[in-house]
Amino acid sequence: MHETQYKLVSCTINGEKRQTMVDVRASLTDMLRNDYSLTSVKKGCEVGECGACNVIIDGECYNSCIYLAVWADGKNIRTLEGLMGPGGELSDIQQAFVDEAAIQCGFCSPGFIMTAVEILESGKEYTDEELRKLLSGHLCRCTGYENILKAVKKTMYKRLGKTE
Amino acid sequence: MYDMKALYEAKSVEDTIALLQKHPEAQIIAGGSDVLVQMREGKRAGAELVSIYGIDALRGVTMEEDGMIRIGSLTSFSHITKDPIIQKYINVLGEAVDMVGGPQIRNIGTIGGNTCNGVTSADSASTLHAWDAIVELTGPEGIRKLPIKEFYLKAGVVDLRPAEIQTAILIPKEAYEGYKGHYIKYAMRNAMDIATTGCSVNVKLSEDKKTMEDVRIAYGVAGPVPMRAPSAEAVAKGQTVTTEHVEAFGKAVLTDIKARTSWRATKEFREHIAVELAKRALTEAIRLAGGEI
Amino acid sequence: MRIKEKKGSETMVVGKSVNRVDAVDKASGRTKYTDDLCGKNALIAKIKHSTIANGVVRSIDITKALAIPGVVKIVTCFDVPEYYFPTAGHPWSTDPGHQDVADRLLLAKRVRYYGDDVAAVVAENEVAAMEAVRAIQVEYEEYPFVLDVQEAMKEDAPQLHEDYPNNVLAHTDIRKGDFQEAIKEEGLIKVEGWYETPTVQHCHIENFICFTYEENGRLVVVSSTQIPHIVRRIVGQALGMDWGKIRLIKPYIGGGFGNKQDALYEPLCAYLCTQVGGRLVKLDVSREETFVNTRVRHAIRSHIVTYVRPNGDIVANKLEAFSNQGAYASHGHGIVAKGMGAFPQLYPCDNVEADCYTVFTNRSVAGAMRGYGIPQAMFAVESHTDEIAKAVGMTPIEFRRKNLMPLGYEDGFSKNKLYADTFNQCMDKGMAYMDYERKYKEYQNQTGDIRRGIGMAVFWYNTAVWPISLESSSCRMILNQDGSVQIQLGETEIGQGADTAYAQMAADAIGISFEQVHTVSCQDTDITPFGTGAYASRQTYVAGFSIIKTATELKDKILEAAHELTRMPVANLDIEEGKIVRTSDGETLMTLAELSTTKLYSLEHSQHITAETTAQIKSNAYSFGCCFAEVEVDIPMCKVKLLNIINVHDCGRIINPALAKGQVEGGMSMGIGYALSERLIYDEKTGKALNNNLLDYKLSTFMDHPHLEAQFVENYEPTSPYGTKALGEPPVCPVAPAIRNAVLQATGVSVNEIPMTPHVLFREFEKANLF
Repeated sequence: MHETQYKLVSCTINGEKRQTMVDVRASLTDMLRNDYSLTSVKKGCEVGECGACNVIIDGECYNSCIYLAVWADGKNIRTLEGLMGPGGELSDIQQAFVDEAAIQCGFCSPGFIMTAVEILESGKEYTDEELRKLLSGHLCRCTGYENILKAVKKTMYKRLGKTE
Repeated sequence: MYDMKALYEAKSVEDTIALLQKHPEAQIIAGGSDVLVQMREGKRAGAELVSIYGIDALRGVTMEEDGMIRIGSLTSFSHITKDPIIQKYINVLGEAVDMVGGPQIRNIGTIGGNTCNGVTSADSASTLHAWDAIVELTGPEGIRKLPIKEFYLKAGVVDLRPAEIQTAILIPKEAYEGYKGHYIKYAMRNAMDIATTGCSVNVKLSEDKKTMEDVRIAYGVAGPVPMRAPSAEAVAKGQTVTTEHVEAFGKAVLTDIKARTSWRATKEFREHIAVELAKRALTEAIRLAGGEI
Repeated sequence: MRIKEKKGSETMVVGKSVNRVDAVDKASGRTKYTDDLCGKNALIAKIKHSTIANGVVRSIDITKALAIPGVVKIVTCFDVPEYYFPTAGHPWSTDPGHQDVADRLLLAKRVRYYGDDVAAVVAENEVAAMEAVRAIQVEYEEYPFVLDVQEAMKEDAPQLHEDYPNNVLAHTDIRKGDFQEAIKEEGLIKVEGWYETPTVQHCHIENFICFTYEENGRLVVVSSTQIPHIVRRIVGQALGMDWGKIRLIKPYIGGGFGNKQDALYEPLCAYLCTQVGGRLVKLDVSREETFVNTRVRHAIRSHIVTYVRPNGDIVANKLEAFSNQGAYASHGHGIVAKGMGAFPQLYPCDNVEADCYTVFTNRSVAGAMRGYGIPQAMFAVESHTDEIAKAVGMTPIEFRRKNLMPLGYEDGFSKNKLYADTFNQCMDKGMAYMDYERKYKEYQNQTGDIRRGIGMAVFWYNTAVWPISLESSSCRMILNQDGSVQIQLGETEIGQGADTAYAQMAADAIGISFEQVHTVSCQDTDITPFGTGAYASRQTYVAGFSIIKTATELKDKILEAAHELTRMPVANLDIEEGKIVRTSDGETLMTLAELSTTKLYSLEHSQHITAETTAQIKSNAYSFGCCFAEVEVDIPMCKVKLLNIINVHDCGRIINPALAKGQVEGGMSMGIGYALSERLIYDEKTGKALNNNLLDYKLSTFMDHPHLEAQFVENYEPTSPYGTKALGEPPVCPVAPAIRNAVLQATGVSVNEIPMTPHVLFREFEKANLF
């Protein structure tokens, strides 16, 4: 058996500088769940097909299951746990998911919300068709996507100061 | 946790070559969306990997002095789509790679990885074939360039020599100047899918937009590797822009393609769709080029 | 007690779209699912699956695998105890004749499908476990295998189970009137068709997962299940242990849709725990295994022959249905039998012959899946109905209005009754939304490559399982010092919003605000009252009974205490908005918080006010509705684009409109996949599943739907304490035939097989000379 190979991975996670020794075989999902207990990062397929493990790395969304933990070195990583305010208040997009009944079993929700964050932070206005495409890297079996679209749209218009 | 024997992280192209020479069994991992999936499946279990993901020098699209478009091999699909040079000169490539998987896959997937894995279904590959792309490879003996058609040897196998890495994809000016193209991905759903068949057509029209001066067509999944359809190209080249000529072009692809039956689709179905795609992609390319049909 | 529609019904929460009780935690990533609760020191279990579809394991060599560092234990099919157990998530029956078929062992020497479980590894980490699984050498004696349901019934077909000749697990029938005699009538038109539905999978986003550890000589199993109390029983049966020695805990789960209405790998995981000294063992099933090794929907082939008069009267109706069970019995015959049950009821007819067969084949095991046989039956029946309408020259709507179950219809067996003109009301709503009449006319007789069509279908669905099985629900309520109430039920939250509906119903029944009800979401068989769990779209219906019953008892105790404290007679007291109110003058006497605190800490008569009751439910209710779909068919491309779709449901009174709508949209999405893209494909040469992953199995994505419209007709269901009935499963039932009928209108082609993939359409369009 070969010696386990480790690497010191330093990165910013949800705004805080963190570092830990990581088994080089670990995926970013493994690191976030096991080393940092960020369990909003879900495992649904482990091959990048379902989007449940989606996180934001340097402003772009990635399926953390097929992203090596060692690549996170020097990166800025955001997970759903980082969205809440200091007093535990939900961000606008999280609140919209609650209010629009966009959550059922909740397993796909963290990944979806993080993609929504990337979409909303672009500051652009999108059509329904464009939003559907931007959100298409996630599978949901409960909602038929209907209320997820509503939640993202509602928050987009709110941030743009527009009405639908 | 991946079943990986060892991971070597390359800092530069030279470093990659050195690491590959030192560890001849090692395989290159770029974005990992294929390599890691196969490792998990057990196909590559226990392998050594050389990661080139950190080599930022291999990212980005630039235009060289002679008008050659250079796409660094690690450029992600989403960056290709958003790139102003791509959008201005070969927008169809940006559109084609915007149909790969879903948004997260397009952020991690690289054009180098998409071509080096040698699969026929790669959404970038047919368009690159249609644009006469050139593959730039860097190895211990230096740089060599070869037409993308020659890069693909057989299903899943490309012409990468020991300790060699693909560093760029090049599109020469003469290949794109005056051409407009269209790509159709035929898949079973509208996102998160691989192509059942992909068809990329580009066309150069005469000044009066009435004649097809040149037509190039390439397919994914019409044979073991991405391929051009030279007979069809010959049928259309020099012809006037009419539906009859588009029809003839479509039928002619059957002499070129080598569709086969698998559990994913029958030969007859693939051929039927290939013809339809050729006609539709050419029609759309003609329209983009200013022709009326 | 009946929930009063008080004048101040503004304060009633049933009927309001309150936010889910679990939504904030789910939106913030705090919700803990099974894997999130598992200790990091867990040993990892992985399963060695067979690489043949039918045969016997001759020998297993584990020497190499055992030598892999980190491997703790390997058990093979030769090691496991011989306790045969059933897996179906049905209530247990004390009558052996009604018990589920016990045909499983923890690991299989007699392999019956490609992927059957032959050995299991426990290791310190996943990489070592997987390496060991690959290193285990298995020697098989291979038998021929059979995948097709009717092939499996032939005399010379490979036999899967000794006790079931011709692989028939069960055959039941319905005979009404005299079919053979009736068809002799002159001038009848015969309409005949074969209808084929695929094997599909639930695809909950959380794969199945469980972990087990030993505590105080008992096994604690934490599992992603819909049915904790049932799984406890099955783990006991499988391990030959007293059921009380098993504690089953169900945390939040990432979807189930019926797949987790079965004991999946809990028994094996529990057994492996006992084999490593009671250490914590986690069995985390991969997506690929979820497709092959958990459960799938029964593929059912139906043959319908109908004789109608030219005026559209149905004279005689005949059905044969062949249900592909796969390798083991699981839920077995219940699925096709439920579908057959719908047949004579939906379009009542005097002369009926129906036969249904459930047949073992060497495929993945079929079990419960949202709709439980009705999506299959509705595809057959509602496709066929459009064929009949076409044959007699009636529009699909005319034919249905004439022949559908009439108002007042009562089923002799279930005693279910149609109390309202539901079908017509639902169809009217759907037609109005779709502008159906205009489009139906406009889309007649089209030509060209791109054509549009509009289609519809109705469905029949029975709520809950009475009188076939036990229906019982238990509820516990505990009054806190602040006047709030915990409520516990054995009926489980699986994403559908059950916890929220319970809180709404309990709030109104007790007379406190929604916020003052705390639903205990987690079921723990040590703590939670008995309930059988989430299935049969039963929970809101049956929990309604136990919530009312328990609330009544709790309220009686509270008012008795209020009497003690205020000396006012109970008859003049009530609870309104969390306060004890004197009904004679409306005076507030004290808050529930004051009452509860005073009583709990009373030095004279201390009382912890709680209530717990069990309600047995001996009724059942029809749930109905319809789907309308508009499509655009690109004939040369062999593609169907769904343009518009609506489901209209009568699920009685709606407890929470926003959540109800969400249920419908999710079901419609599943129905769209069923109609157009989803199918688990097996290799004819090996029996291996070819597309058991989320790339090759075509679940609908965000880009594969139009807007999904969900509407309701609310006819109060008289058998239900809250007037409500089934909604969880029904939405998936009418979608595929509605889309199929829209394709029929667009192209004139009868596609009698789903999913209507481009491959199927290519074949059908070619046959119809459309190219």
